[in-house]
Amino acid sequence: MIDASAERGIAFRPQPIGLFHSAAIVFWKDLLIEWRTRARLNALIFFAVATLLLFSFALGPDTALLRQNAAGYLWLGILFASVLSLGESFRVETENSSMDGLKLAPVDARAVFLGKAVGNGPMLFALSFVLLPILVALYDVSIAGGLAALVGVLALGCAAITAPGTIYAAIASNARARDVLLPLLLFPLLVPALLASVKASALVLQGDPMHQLGSWLGLLAGFNLIYWGLGFTLFPRVVED
Amino acid sequence: MMQTEPKALALDIRDVSKRYGPRWALARLSYSLPLGTSLLLTGHNGSGKSTLLRIIATSSSPTAGGLSVLGLDAREQREDVRRQTALLSHSSFLYEDLTAEQNLLLLARLLGAAHARDIVSGLLTKVGLATRADHAVRTFSAGMRKRLAIARVLLKQPRLVLLDEPFGELDPAGIAAMEKIIGEMQDKGTTVILATHLIEQGRALTQRRLHLREGRAVAA
Amino acid sequence: MPTWTSYVLLLAVLGLFGVHLAVPATRAWVWKVLAVLGVGGVVSGSYLALAVAPADHEMGDVYRIMFAHVPEVWMALLALCVNFGASVAFLFRKDLSLDALSEACAEVGLFFGTIGVLLGAIWGRPTWGVWWDWDPRLTTAAIMLVVYSGYLALRKFVDDPEKRATWSAVVGIIAASDLPILWFSVRWWRSLHQRQSGAGKMDPTIWSILMWNTAALMALTIVFAYQRYRIAQATRAREVALPSALPPDSGDVPSEAA
Repeated sequence: MIDASAERGIAFRPQPIGLFHSAAIVFWKDLLIEWRTRARLNALIFFAVATLLLFSFALGPDTALLRQNAAGYLWLGILFASVLSLGESFRVETENSSMDGLKLAPVDARAVFLGKAVGNGPMLFALSFVLLPILVALYDVSIAGGLAALVGVLALGCAAITAPGTIYAAIASNARARDVLLPLLLFPLLVPALLASVKASALVLQGDPMHQLGSWLGLLAGFNLIYWGLGFTLFPRVVED
Repeated sequence: MMQTEPKALALDIRDVSKRYGPRWALARLSYSLPLGTSLLLTGHNGSGKSTLLRIIATSSSPTAGGLSVLGLDAREQREDVRRQTALLSHSSFLYEDLTAEQNLLLLARLLGAAHARDIVSGLLTKVGLATRADHAVRTFSAGMRKRLAIARVLLKQPRLVLLDEPFGELDPAGIAAMEKIIGEMQDKGTTVILATHLIEQGRALTQRRLHLREGRAVAA
Repeated sequence: MPTWTSYVLLLAVLGLFGVHLAVPATRAWVWKVLAVLGVGGVVSGSYLALAVAPADHEMGDVYRIMFAHVPEVWMALLALCVNFGASVAFLFRKDLSLDALSEACAEVGLFFGTIGVLLGAIWGRPTWGVWWDWDPRLTTAAIMLVVYSGYLALRKFVDDPEKRATWSAVVGIIAASDLPILWFSVRWWRSLHQRQSGAGKMDPTIWSILMWNTAALMALTIVFAYQRYRIAQATRAREVALPSALPPDSGDVPSEAA
């Protein structure tokens, strides 16, 4: 077990690193895990695509109706997928009490929040990008005109999901019936963000004659500020014993 | 108890109690340990050994009472305590989906190590996992996980090390190697607190013994 | 009916509650007086609402459901505000009785809120012609009920009392912060509606009867919350080891050279 010749080079002087640096390391760690388990990521994408397909089956082949509601289906698909990916992101932390390992490293719990919340964001964002062509194909919407605006809506909407999602997933991952608990806590909470995201996306997809998009985006940005602020402040209370 | 300067104490536990629901896992425990003196922690399952180690590591905080670790208050200076202590727990703290090397690199980077890769490869060689560095922890046996977990502890170069059943799941060669690692840490001035059922091995490595029964200190 | 009678009842309820809080010796009986006041107030208030209040010139008799609906919703909001306050306080002082208070208030708030929303739906049927309208108030109230059902479900799914208390406090704070956002977003989403009615344009008789019912329900809210709080306290006393189980003094430390 011991090879004394390897002794050289181990010694170094551990030193504190900043909040954002540790958040970046946690973020990088999560991306690495996602990459190494990309089969799981693929399954998540297929799940979201299947959701979009199911909406069209549930409503029948009425193209006009589907086109009109496309924004709603897109966000429901993202929301359903987000619960799975958030739950998975904390299952990884509870498996060997790795969250304790991070805490004792030591990593500031707020850095863990930032790292994980920011890590879940791009995941959902990427997922929503995969869903866009499906949206075009299935629901006959045109996204070419407002792609830039749509990117903004998707980014803000995904961020609004991941901040409260991260803190609730941390709670649910330690409770019984975690798979039921996370959506039960998260879905009603996200109604405002969902309303704003759907409305803003619909304006992009169907035209915005009244120029309302800006105010919906502003609203969404405001929600983000509140959710991220609360998450950042309260997350340490959730993970510290 | 002999009076010592607070600075020279590795551990100063004052009336610590810890409640888990209907049970007091620790009941008004007081104990102090001079720096550099290693402690053997014994007691049956459920006697409070692991709880005590978790509280010293600041992974968990006492319901009542307070403690200083390495002269630092465990509540007020928690970050500093965490920086200078390392806990080998029943849970390995390892990410199953990462490789052995990635697990150690993560900690090395969090500790601000400059040449993280060299340090980690040296450590993996030291614990005999160099050939498995690129394998996911998920494929490891219990003994290999234990080795990787001790490598995590060594990486932190702690002044106080807390070992919860370090010999569990190791074969006789592994136990001997673990004893050697513990001895080396002590030689470098690390204070060791060791909880184990292997009392013979434990006694050989430590100078003092604290026996717990139902969360209280008793004569063994 | 003169308005001052309602304010007298309201003051009596609040005064009794103050006595109840300030003088622990009175806790054995004050709540019973409050319960009698509450039940009597609701019975007499129902009579006032059905027989004494004048019919509305637009909505006729249908509007009378307001005398029950509005105070119910107010009391629900009051209880949930206390829940929020207790949740914040818990994070500062880890006192399990604050957690007991949060739990009691969440349940009472959910109870009154559910009745309030049901009454609102019943009111909506003849007024709007549908049971449900995506009116901001109704929508916000309905989602609020789901949010707090989730909050109470979380309490059921966590065994360790201390962890449960902390996590519930966190969820309680986030849930309460979400409600104004929710209200705001639904209003923007709908962007049309009837304005909230205030005392200004209300008939004085109607206002005083509304106040009478509010005072009566306030008494009941206090009684319910207090009783639920006592049960919650008793539950905690059973599931949490008490300091009395600890040894009186840590004494000498037996330590042995290994």
